[in-house]
Amino acid sequence: MNWSEIKNLQSISQKEIPFFPADKFFSDIIESVKNGRRLLNYFGISESDKVKIYCLIADDELSKIFIAYTELNRGESYSSLTIDIPASHLFERELFEQCGIIPEGHPWLKPVRKGIAGINPNETQYEFFKMLGEEVHEVAVGPIHAGIIEPGHFRFSAHGELVHNLEIQLGFQHRGVEKLFVKNDNILYQTKLAESIAGDSVIAHSGTFLRAVESLMNINVSKRVKITRAVMLELERIAVHLGDLSAISNDIAYLTGNSIFGALRTLIINTSMNICGNRFGRGMMKPGGVNFDIDETKRKSLIDTINKVNNDIQIAVDVMFSSASVMERLEKTGIVSKETAIAIGMVGMAARASGISIDARVDHPFGAYQFFPIHKLTLDSGDVFARSYIRFIEIQQSVKIINDLLADFQKGELTVGKNEMQKESFVVSVTEGWRGEIVHCLLTDETGRIKNIKIKDPSFNNWFAIALAVREEGISDFPLCNKSFNLSYCGFDL
Amino acid sequence: MFDLIKARKNHGYQAIKNIADAKILSEHRGFPVIDESKLNGNVESIINSCPTKAISDKPLAINLGKCIFCGECEKISYGAIKFSNNYKIGCDSEKKLAVDSSVTYEKFLDSAIEAKKEIHKIFGRSLKLRQVSAAGCNGCEMELNACGNVNFDMGRFGIDFVASPKHADGIVITGPVSKNMSKALSDAYESISEPKIVIATGACAISGGLFADSKEINRTFFNNVKVDLFIPGCPPHPLVIINAILKFLE
Repeated sequence: MNWSEIKNLQSISQKEIPFFPADKFFSDIIESVKNGRRLLNYFGISESDKVKIYCLIADDELSKIFIAYTELNRGESYSSLTIDIPASHLFERELFEQCGIIPEGHPWLKPVRKGIAGINPNETQYEFFKMLGEEVHEVAVGPIHAGIIEPGHFRFSAHGELVHNLEIQLGFQHRGVEKLFVKNDNILYQTKLAESIAGDSVIAHSGTFLRAVESLMNINVSKRVKITRAVMLELERIAVHLGDLSAISNDIAYLTGNSIFGALRTLIINTSMNICGNRFGRGMMKPGGVNFDIDETKRKSLIDTINKVNNDIQIAVDVMFSSASVMERLEKTGIVSKETAIAIGMVGMAARASGISIDARVDHPFGAYQFFPIHKLTLDSGDVFARSYIRFIEIQQSVKIINDLLADFQKGELTVGKNEMQKESFVVSVTEGWRGEIVHCLLTDETGRIKNIKIKDPSFNNWFAIALAVREEGISDFPLCNKSFNLSYCGFDL
Repeated sequence: MFDLIKARKNHGYQAIKNIADAKILSEHRGFPVIDESKLNGNVESIINSCPTKAISDKPLAINLGKCIFCGECEKISYGAIKFSNNYKIGCDSEKKLAVDSSVTYEKFLDSAIEAKKEIHKIFGRSLKLRQVSAAGCNGCEMELNACGNVNFDMGRFGIDFVASPKHADGIVITGPVSKNMSKALSDAYESISEPKIVIATGACAISGGLFADSKEINRTFFNNVKVDLFIPGCPPHPLVIINAILKFLE
């Protein structure tokens, strides 16, 4: 395969991305995925009637990314990849919706973000999957759900309590994020926009975007900045994992866990506020560095807090996971097997809970992880228990990472000067957020401005896993399964 | 069993006793203090520094409904704009969102949320709210959820979020309102029986925030519906939210 070989955050000229005729392009993709590589991103860019289709394939073991493109006319079709690579089903649906390229033979070419049933009477209404049978009934949930949560539609085909099929239709949150990045050529605005792609991954998304920009500007941030950013990213991970343990406890009416993990989360997000003035890390990141320093006082209080939290979690977790009534709800609920997880291209924490060894901090290291190696954590059972317990061990790991990083926290520049971005270039930035890998692909035009940005939140890979996890489960376990993934609606809808 | 008791004891009592006087870190960016005398011929760069166009000139003013409290203007303003950590920044009319040098925090508090007898009479002891996220990024949603946790415990004031709009006395809106959510938002609002209140939470809900000029946004809902309470922030801290609602019910 003579595709261009790059690394995470390595910017290249667009001329270096090889073009292949469609036949070779698609057969190369199928062959490399069959050989154990992974679809990292796959998207189209329309230029008048022509559509350039880019594909990025990750080799996680070699820490390499392969890239190439092909060109088709709008309305043209090709033989769908989904039959050979189930993980590509959503990428192909998106390509069809955004660029009008038809993946011939796609099993289910339904809307991603547009033309959703019941929203716009002028658009053709999409018909949900129907199960026939006298005693099969449908349960429609959403877009507005019972709690304080983002909107999305869930359609269950059930037989009594038993769920046979769940169809998830998203798109309600679509805000046109990618277009706004291109429309407003102002790096400050773009940074704030990146912070708002998903409100629970502020540091992860803004960091992904800024590292891409810094690579295109050809600037290197100081070691202190890299460590500060990594500390904030790990704090974000600890905070959300704690919040989720609290919410999972709530969903199984284990109120002790709900209270304790909730209160511990408050301590962590207040630590973020102590550093940057915002509980979710907003305002922390800027191009070329960070806006706020972790001075000696703040460093000490941060370490005291995370160590206290780590200690208290241990006490709470011991009680929680030794309770039979808790384990009865978590174990063997919502299983996603390793084979399924690989086939549908799951990423991040949920994939690790199904036994896949995948973590961008190790596979495609960025920032501080380039000089601070960590090890990957996996569990095998792929059930709600695994997705809960992995949160606990990842919190412990994050606490250790922060402690170690801050033990050698030397002075350094908080900001380095900005440059113009390289013209007609391309860069891919991959970050392991708490949910999984975030991928931003940036292309610049002949003046060095952002011409296209393609954002992939880990939710994009993982939503389909929820649909599979609840099959043959009781419908009453759906909230628990859903919470064990805690996927982003906004991150998917953009 | 003993381990459980130990864990509960270690957890202790977490609720903030006096919500109205709760301390907040000095790093928190709350009510902005504006001092025009410190302007240094740099008004234009201050205005341009704002990602949501919340700053206007003559007089120098910040619109709290657009502000995402990122603090970028403060950094280049030589003291003309300073974010204090004062957190009671909710108000009951669009006009009051504009803060200039004549509006000190004390003055703002005096009239920010004016007591209404009928509101107090109907909702003062029990307020049930339906929350609708209309393309909210989950920031405001997480803070609204946090209002109910053991630290802030908004339930003790008789304020709760409910699942059905039919059970609700009002609606709390977050997000800039995407085209794809505009119908669901209207439907939810229509389902709430009169009398009902409308609370807009966060810069996105109040003004569209960072998404104000996106083509995928549809804010016509607000052409026909009057907002009763504005809660600025990105996202607003639970203390901002709870104090605004409590003051509104007073």
